[in-house]
Amino acid sequence: MKITREDVANVALLSRLEFCESELETFTGQLDAILEYADVLNKLNVDNVEPTAHVLPLKNVMRADEAKPSLPRELALANAPEQEDGYFKVPKIMEG
Amino acid sequence: MELFKYTAHQLHEKLVSKEISAVELTKSVLARVDAVEKDVQSYITQTRESALEQAEAVDAKIGQGQAISTLAGIPGALKDNMCTKGTKTTCASKILANFIPPYNATVVEKLMAEDTVVIGKANMDEFAMGGSTENSGFFQTRNPWDLATVPGGSSGGSAAAVAAGEAIWALGSDTGGSIRQPAAYCGLVGMKPTYGRVSRYGLVAYASSLDQIGPITRDVRDCAHVLNIICGHDAKDSTSINTGVPDYTKSLVNDIKGLKIGLPREYFVSGMDPEVERAINKAIEQLVALGAEYKEISMPHTEYALSAYYMIAPAEASSNLARYDGVSFGERIEGSDIIDMYKKTRSAFFGAEVKRRIMLGTYALSAGYHDAYYVKALQVRTLVKQDFDKAFHDVDVIITPTAPTTAFKLGEKTNDPLAMYLQDVCTIPVNLAGVPAVSIPCGFAGGMPIGLQIIAKPLGEETLIRTAYTFEQNNDYHKGFAPLLEVK
Repeated sequence: MKITREDVANVALLSRLEFCESELETFTGQLDAILEYADVLNKLNVDNVEPTAHVLPLKNVMRADEAKPSLPRELALANAPEQEDGYFKVPKIMEG
Repeated sequence: MELFKYTAHQLHEKLVSKEISAVELTKSVLARVDAVEKDVQSYITQTRESALEQAEAVDAKIGQGQAISTLAGIPGALKDNMCTKGTKTTCASKILANFIPPYNATVVEKLMAEDTVVIGKANMDEFAMGGSTENSGFFQTRNPWDLATVPGGSSGGSAAAVAAGEAIWALGSDTGGSIRQPAAYCGLVGMKPTYGRVSRYGLVAYASSLDQIGPITRDVRDCAHVLNIICGHDAKDSTSINTGVPDYTKSLVNDIKGLKIGLPREYFVSGMDPEVERAINKAIEQLVALGAEYKEISMPHTEYALSAYYMIAPAEASSNLARYDGVSFGERIEGSDIIDMYKKTRSAFFGAEVKRRIMLGTYALSAGYHDAYYVKALQVRTLVKQDFDKAFHDVDVIITPTAPTTAFKLGEKTNDPLAMYLQDVCTIPVNLAGVPAVSIPCGFAGGMPIGLQIIAKPLGEETLIRTAYTFEQNNDYHKGFAPLLEVK
């Protein structure tokens, strides 16, 4: 086994997802099969090979620090599940 | 012949010569949607009213004797992951079921500036994750060539719409084959341009280092016309390439004398349909007869590309999809605290494949596994890219099948994610390397279209157009309509 049910439960927490027991079971089997397949990567010697996160030779793409038009507040908030006084509203995150 | 069966460039001629009006054309396509949409199900959202308004505006221009652009008044479809101001953009996800973007994607702005007509937003695999459109959070699109088969994916709605006559052209997006594979399955031309050639601004992100927008059309000339409109640098996308865009129609030249073709033996994988292999070999023979030279080449890291992709793409996705937390947009389910709200919202509205990739990506990035999976995959990506760099020292284009088989049956692979992933084996290395590739029709197996993939070096779209055009002009494969078009 490449991945256990406990691993999957932990990854679910990190991913902010929750699963019932049978879903956990299915995901463990499927992720295990995928990781087993991906194990082919370990057959390859990659010592001294630079990783490629991105194919273009771009670095620190900047623009002039000038104010440009941006979304009006009401449009930016238009899709908010909940809003109040021009802000996104979320459940309380601090005690007291 | 009904208007919805023509190519965009043929229709442009008819508009300019005033043989037809743009409104007449749009109505023909809308009537076609009415006739076949219950079977094909290409569209998540139809934009009929604005389509007719756009068509009227084009007729007014023609009436005033103004010149119109090549795509003006020609009805098309947009994959539903491209933001359209004021029109729902769902990514085929329940979590964005009611999302109305406050702005347009750059490609949408560019198309509007050319007076194109948009019929609607096309179905797709949820967040572009899949190869059959069966992962749509809403419904299943069917292949117009055989309604019992998938249209491919993830741009399955875009391809099905064009094949069924519900649109004349479409835009898709391609992260691991999502333009080319559905184009192949539906008998169309589908191009993934060089990474950075088309702005991703307003394209809902799946795997940002791999995603690219491109056209799905009925022939190569239409592909060139759409490319002319959508390519180019965009200050709003820091990964877009800042070089000029050629006129791709200049590459519509029926001549490939001296073209050097490479055929990588690693792409002829086990499990490949022998009829697909036969069709590719026949295409190569034909290209050689037309004056090309061909040689076998080796791209030794091909077999590792799929595994690398299925670490890199989910890793990027797990980060990109963290934004669906029920806070600033999208759906929300209340919970006992904010973490509970995140979990309930995401669990209720994401589909199984999206959850699977978020989980896989989170795992590949998590402490203890980051180096073993994610960094290793990025190193393998370097080797895959080097395979392409080396190959293009010797050859001008690389030719492979687009997919190992023709379109498969609905439901055939839904319970086996790995089997589904294996359909991407020929297209994925192209995204890892960031190079451009096009799929064009090259034959049929059991009545279903086969796709030929042509790959070129970065910014080699002109070579692709020229090669694809020459092959197309010496064949009739692109002239066959999906049977649905004839029967209904």
